[in-house]
Amino acid sequence: MGRVVIDVMPKPEILDPQGKAVVGALPRLGFDAFTGVRQGKRFELEVAGEVTPEVLAQARAAAETLLSNPVIEDVVSVRDAGAGEVASA
Amino acid sequence: MRIGVVTFPGSLDDGDARRAVRLAGAEPVALWHADADLHGVDAVVLPGGFSYGDYLRCGAIASFAPVMTEVVAAAGRGVPVLGICNGFQVLCESHLLPGALVRNEAQKFICTDQRLLVENADTAWTSALTAGTEITVPLKNGEGGFVADTETLDRLEGEGRVVFRYVGPNPNGSLRGIAGITNERGNVVGLMPHPEHAVEEGFGPTTDGLALFTSVLTAGLAAVGA
Repeated sequence: MGRVVIDVMPKPEILDPQGKAVVGALPRLGFDAFTGVRQGKRFELEVAGEVTPEVLAQARAAAETLLSNPVIEDVVSVRDAGAGEVASA
Repeated sequence: MRIGVVTFPGSLDDGDARRAVRLAGAEPVALWHADADLHGVDAVVLPGGFSYGDYLRCGAIASFAPVMTEVVAAAGRGVPVLGICNGFQVLCESHLLPGALVRNEAQKFICTDQRLLVENADTAWTSALTAGTEITVPLKNGEGGFVADTETLDRLEGEGRVVFRYVGPNPNGSLRGIAGITNERGNVVGLMPHPEHAVEEGFGPTTDGLALFTSVLTAGLAAVGA
């Protein structure tokens, strides 16, 4: 079974109140090294077979039409999770 | 005149929207998200709430509901469409209106009586109002910050398509204090505040909201006949 991983982030120019809330909480726990946080989304799309170029193309199209809103978000990456896992294992 | 009110899974204000339609003197028609049929209504209201639990993005999944294909087509023919709160988010996600709504700047859910400046009284939903006057209706949202790129904001302002603007402190971080906008034709209007909660004496802060629903009584029939 294959898996496609899609990362979506708020556009840099869009205020990210969630990230702002997180960065405010970090120093209260002693994590004082961080000056900014932006919170995005990770989607994992499962397929029955292998992640073929066709599957990736469909995932890219889904990322642009449903999984992100181009007014406020950027699709940062669309990748075959299996390929990444093999490399890092 | 028959005005459809769409119910999505998670809609909350569909009942109040139908009541507002009735109090304005029109016949409310309940429309269902999974039914790709507007049942011949003369205008459509997309109500507030949390369609699909606000999952993915507010209004995103609702914008792909079967009924929305028909709403988008009807809007293209000039049929009046009003999106309130979550309905405004659905209109933006459907690309019937530009921009998007993001989490409130202060990260808090707002529930307040909100003053609004009426800036455009020429739309299908605001012709019974007067430009330059103020109305007060409830505002209740968690993700009501209107955003768009500078070019889009300039175009909206330049073309007089800002319909309502917040008066007083900006409640949710909406760029340029924009509370509601319209499309080029003026038949599609979206706003975050809730006119349907201010239509009857004794319920809500004013009855200012009723004017949106009486406005469409004249505008709608003209558009459908065109």
